[in-house]
Amino acid sequence: MIEVQDLKKGFDGEMILKGISTTFEKGKTNLIIGQSGSGKTVFLKCLLGLFRPTEGSIRYDGQAYSSLSSEDQRELREQMGMVFQGSALFDSMTVEENIMFPLRMFTKMRRAERRERANEAIKRVNLTDANNKLPSEISGGMQKRVAIARAIVNKPKYLFCDEPNSGLDPKTATVVDNLIQEITREYEITTVINTHDMNSVMEIGEKIVFLQKGQLAWEGTKDEIFKTDHEDVTDFVYSSNLFKEVRSALNKKDSR
Amino acid sequence: MNYVGNVGQYFMMLKGTFIKPTKASVLRQLILKEIDDLIIDSLGIVAFISFFVGGVVAIQTALNMDNPLIPESLIGFAARQSIILEFAPTFISIIMAGKVGSFITSSIGTMRVTEQIDALEVMGINSLNYLVFPKIIAMLFYPFVIVIAMFLGVLGGYVAGVYGGFTSGQNFIAGLQDDFIPFQLAYAFIKTFIFAMLLATIPAYQGYYMRGGALEVGKASTTSFVWTSVAIIIANYIITQLLLTS
Repeated sequence: MIEVQDLKKGFDGEMILKGISTTFEKGKTNLIIGQSGSGKTVFLKCLLGLFRPTEGSIRYDGQAYSSLSSEDQRELREQMGMVFQGSALFDSMTVEENIMFPLRMFTKMRRAERRERANEAIKRVNLTDANNKLPSEISGGMQKRVAIARAIVNKPKYLFCDEPNSGLDPKTATVVDNLIQEITREYEITTVINTHDMNSVMEIGEKIVFLQKGQLAWEGTKDEIFKTDHEDVTDFVYSSNLFKEVRSALNKKDSR
Repeated sequence: MNYVGNVGQYFMMLKGTFIKPTKASVLRQLILKEIDDLIIDSLGIVAFISFFVGGVVAIQTALNMDNPLIPESLIGFAARQSIILEFAPTFISIIMAGKVGSFITSSIGTMRVTEQIDALEVMGINSLNYLVFPKIIAMLFYPFVIVIAMFLGVLGGYVAGVYGGFTSGQNFIAGLQDDFIPFQLAYAFIKTFIFAMLLATIPAYQGYYMRGGALEVGKASTTSFVWTSVAIIIANYIITQLLLTS
């Protein structure tokens, strides 16, 4: 579980995050949504420890990140897996080497053991015939799956995903979303996903945090988000005609 | 003020490069790869340029010797002095600022743009040590490149001078040996070592701290070449003043 208390983050005197408090629960897919420029990425980078908060605290299973020594912070980071928007695979390494990389860096496993563990992760993300290919030789959807495999190969306690389905076709995006949700439940990890894709909210949003102008404007479940009267949330959710129809269908159902 | 800030950040980067080391077995492999990319891959262009510039120095010296009282051995002497003292260490380093420097900036800059550096940091890896330290170690082999440049430069001078009919082989070799001061070789290698460190770290700094996209990677490579060249020229002046004028 990750607890965020009054988190503030500023750059050059300008506050980007203006006091966010929320909780991300273990075994659930927690989604951070909001328009571009709402502070989602800065929030995620604070959760990852890449940005030091200006004020406030982040606790990982009760441990406050800021109170840890740099060595303990590094150990905590080893328990985090991250799927980046652009996958961030290492260009010069093959798919298999990319997935084995965290094991190579942080464990004393022999190459054969590392390969075995990497292949388990490859199998888990349903990737076939790609072990010896370079990232540039595989599709965007496959790159995302490799990134997920790399993120989970070290059996992390926390999984963070930044726009995991951006640039993917709807079908592949759904596959990636579902894969993340399955892994979250199977491995009992705390997953935080940064997205502005309402399809992801519909598919896997168990807890949704809506950010606006660096503040937490609303939080709830995916069922609640389609019923809320919060103006900013409805503006965001129903900017797509598809979801306007979803809402009218839900309203009809409720009125019966 | 911005320049002062950049200089400060550059030294902070150097400090960050030497702390929290990467696992030794991984580092060893990274160093070997950097030696291949930065040193071995540069040998071809260095050999080509050195040989022909050495030849041009010999021809130019010969063509500018109007006075019959000046001995022909001056061709060998001038080739040796200009190649060992300046051409090989300084001008090959400027060329390397274009080749090796651009490579370092663009490779690290691309990793920055595509979030690969963030990925390293998230994993708890000191990205500076992982990316910059192996390049610094690989550049310790840079003096070998300069030795090859010196040898081929002098050889080029010999070939152009002797086979071009400007001097005899005996005179050229006599010129090479004439008034030789071993300390000048030490001076050349001291500055080669300093240039090697500049060649590894300034481009790395430009790549590591760049912001933006693909266009900015190109701009950072250009900036890297300009600043590395400026730093080499300034360092060359200071070292020469300190070591040769006392």
